[in-house]
Amino acid sequence: MSVPFPFSAIVGQDEMKLAILIAAVDSKVGGVLAFGDRGTGKSTTVRALAALLPKMRVVVHCRYGCDPQRPAGLCELCKGGGKKGSKKDEAEAELKGRLVQVPVVDLPLGATEDRVVGALDLERALTQGEKAFEPGLLARAHRGFLYIDEVNLLEDHLVDLLLDVAASGENVVEREGLSVRHPARFVLIGSGNPEEGELRPQLLDRFGLSVEVKTPEDLLTRIEVVRRRDEYEKDPEAFANKWKNKDAKLRRQISNARDRLESVKVPDAALERAARLCMSLGTDGLRGELTLVRAARAFAALEGDDTVEDKHLRTIAPPALRHRLRRNPLDDAGSGTRVARAIEELFGSHDA
Amino acid sequence: MTPDPRSYTPWDDATFVAALFAVDPVGTGGVCLRALPGPVRDQWLNHTRELLPPEAPVRRVPVHIADGRLLGGLDLTATLQAGRPVAERGVLADAHNGVVIMAMVERLPTAMAARLAAVLDAGEVALERDGIALRSPARLGVIALDEGISEDERPPTVLLDRLAFLLDLSGIAYQSAVSFPYDLEQITEARHRLPQIEVSESILEVLCATALMFGITSLRAPLHALKVARASAALAGRNEVSAEDAAIAGRLALAPRATVIPVIEEESQENEAEEAPPEQPPEPPPDQPPQNDEPPKEDEELQIDMDQLLEDLVLEATKAAIPAGLLAQLKVAGGSSRGQARSGGRAGAVQKSRQRGRPAGTYRGELRSGVRLNVIETLRAAAPWQPIRRRERLRELAEDIARRTARVEVRSDDFRITRLKQRSQTTSIFVVDASGSAALHRLAEAKGAVELLLADCYVRRDRVALIAFRGSGAELLLPPTRSLVRAKRSLAGLPGGGGTPLAAGIEAAWALADTVKRQGDTPVLIFLTDGKANIGRDGNPGRAKANEDAITAARMIRVDGMTALLVDTSPRPQPTAQTLAQEMGARYLPLPFADANTLSIAVQAVTA
Repeated sequence: MSVPFPFSAIVGQDEMKLAILIAAVDSKVGGVLAFGDRGTGKSTTVRALAALLPKMRVVVHCRYGCDPQRPAGLCELCKGGGKKGSKKDEAEAELKGRLVQVPVVDLPLGATEDRVVGALDLERALTQGEKAFEPGLLARAHRGFLYIDEVNLLEDHLVDLLLDVAASGENVVEREGLSVRHPARFVLIGSGNPEEGELRPQLLDRFGLSVEVKTPEDLLTRIEVVRRRDEYEKDPEAFANKWKNKDAKLRRQISNARDRLESVKVPDAALERAARLCMSLGTDGLRGELTLVRAARAFAALEGDDTVEDKHLRTIAPPALRHRLRRNPLDDAGSGTRVARAIEELFGSHDA
Repeated sequence: MTPDPRSYTPWDDATFVAALFAVDPVGTGGVCLRALPGPVRDQWLNHTRELLPPEAPVRRVPVHIADGRLLGGLDLTATLQAGRPVAERGVLADAHNGVVIMAMVERLPTAMAARLAAVLDAGEVALERDGIALRSPARLGVIALDEGISEDERPPTVLLDRLAFLLDLSGIAYQSAVSFPYDLEQITEARHRLPQIEVSESILEVLCATALMFGITSLRAPLHALKVARASAALAGRNEVSAEDAAIAGRLALAPRATVIPVIEEESQENEAEEAPPEQPPEPPPDQPPQNDEPPKEDEELQIDMDQLLEDLVLEATKAAIPAGLLAQLKVAGGSSRGQARSGGRAGAVQKSRQRGRPAGTYRGELRSGVRLNVIETLRAAAPWQPIRRRERLRELAEDIARRTARVEVRSDDFRITRLKQRSQTTSIFVVDASGSAALHRLAEAKGAVELLLADCYVRRDRVALIAFRGSGAELLLPPTRSLVRAKRSLAGLPGGGGTPLAAGIEAAWALADTVKRQGDTPVLIFLTDGKANIGRDGNPGRAKANEDAITAARMIRVDGMTALLVDTSPRPQPTAQTLAQEMGARYLPLPFADANTLSIAVQAVTA
């Protein structure tokens, strides 16, 4: 389908949309995992993201989409000022940038390892007898998003590979006599249905935010979902057009939030609150706290606020922490409920 | 001749579904056809084929199709011949603008179903395989042949959720499968009309409301119903979806997914539970002649009345179409016994997800001891690189030596190791004595152990099930699952107390273990009991008879060589339990203070 469903036309699912917007504002928050019922527009939401994101600047002719403004994270070729390249226009380009769409790359089930990490360029090997590297999906997703639908059904060896790259931000390929390394920093977005099986804990940990997606139960929302979907399917272009302005508004909101992100203050009180919350929930390690604070800051930036306050932490805590709780077999409550309970205890009941 | 949409014999419904599907294969997603292979199914398939445009491709997909054939990949032969990469189209891309027939979907691995679902959702195949990145359009409809017999054998929900029709042909006799009311011409006409069909706001609302009332959570269901209503209108030659079309959509697309029966005030509807619905035309007055649609411009009040009428109409039609047997079950259980409509949410059993199905393919790896090289795949991997390697070799060696060395040059990068099929998955079946006073404690601990085991499951790929027995019989509380979510849902609020029908418990456990075995898994039985039976196999009280029955049942387990563990939960180790363990061939473990942790460790020791 050429025209994606507009992001702003998605009914409800506020937590999922917020988590994705936060990841779009600050990629360091880490990935987003959307787990839940079928037919709730998980994939639709992610696929809508591409059209929503403000464009980004990449080095002209760079195959990995390096950022001309960030000399630290360049690929080998760009580090050399583009001079290593054999083609002359590459050398001339220096580090000139151009604007492109932020990639939102789909990792389809059934993808093979060579396409994910990259491998020898078969075409050139066969026709010219040359060994050239053909970048894979990880390279394409650099500085963007990598989306895996039904992430819990992904083959184990691909999961291993992703874990490694997501941790290091770099893809190292050693195969077929090739030795290539290139930056691969991306926001991992996964979706799936828990009834197909659980996610490996290590992979779970890579996701900064985890949202529970539920089918809306009230009739009016459901009718609205069906109505919009039906309208979209009848004439995707017209429908997208109708929502263009709303999407543009969201885009500006993301841009503004990015600009102000650095200036949003996180007072000590908020840091302490976050730490206490994590302690009372017994989350493993520091990642929970870090993510919580970072995501709260991005949320504050999105809302146009200057400082991180309780209201931000309150909203962000469930998605930032619910997948980091140790399982307690004798506690029936879902992890979401446990986070909510801890928030109530710490922050007092609502309207604090 | 005019097709009569209000004909209600199952075969008429079946042909009607065929026609609606043929009108809009992509929009409706497809049909899940539950039937054993046989003349009736063949009739239906042939008929459906005749209704599809002659040029539309129809591809049959075997259940264990490789990814390369399903999605596409590198065509090795052509690649080597042409000297450049040649992509091979998969079956799905081949079926663009047509239909795929999936065989034996009840055995379809979830991972495979998810691939298909992704293609159906996107309308294209996104290929990222064998060095090829390719997008090819694949707008298609699916006919899923479900040959499952028992309630447990169900196609993966991922797939069912994408198909508008769940059609059951199993009750149809061949003699009645004779009429074919539709022909290609009608379908073609309807196909042309389809894009112009309007749907009023009230129809849309009613379909959504009906879906919700019948406990259908997935939002794909009302969307499908909408598509079906459109197809029905197109078939009837209307330009707008009428109340009748909505009723048809409710009957064909919503009813088979119902998980609850809404209460409708009219008592006259009661008898439908006993008798099959056919003779009861569920459309009351509004529009006998299908042409006169609801009046669009009336005053407010009348409009509301019309909406109410419409709602009732669709509701009745949907309700009437729910098979009698299912209706009874739904009333009792309040959950779906068919399972297919479940998409999470309310209580009740959920469709059995197929955890075993990951294809055990090959992977690139080193030749270490203990691994098995897959020669064919290794050669396949090496093949495309032969020209380049040959040239390299010529450069390095003198020509005559190079010629004498191996024809096919295989390098360590090419090694493909066979992924050994995972040690067949273990299913731990907990059989818990929920009778008497200690029940609650025992149940809580068994529950804890189940969850602890499940938490460990991802790595082990094991499943867990739980049977409880009390009162007069045994009950399967948790069908084999790997999902913690499901386990939690099913285990919440276990009942306890009453007599001890030990024999029934053991028998139920044996039956489940047997099923598990047939599926290729290894069952491990864990009994939590004190071994003191007091209800016999026939459900009558009596200690002596009950014990005798229990011993008999226990022997079945030994005879079949099933691994079992008997945890004696009585305060002091009991000879009865010990004898039972002996007869069962089970390991005996007195554990008066069984706690979840110790239990799960004990179970892991047995299953390891």
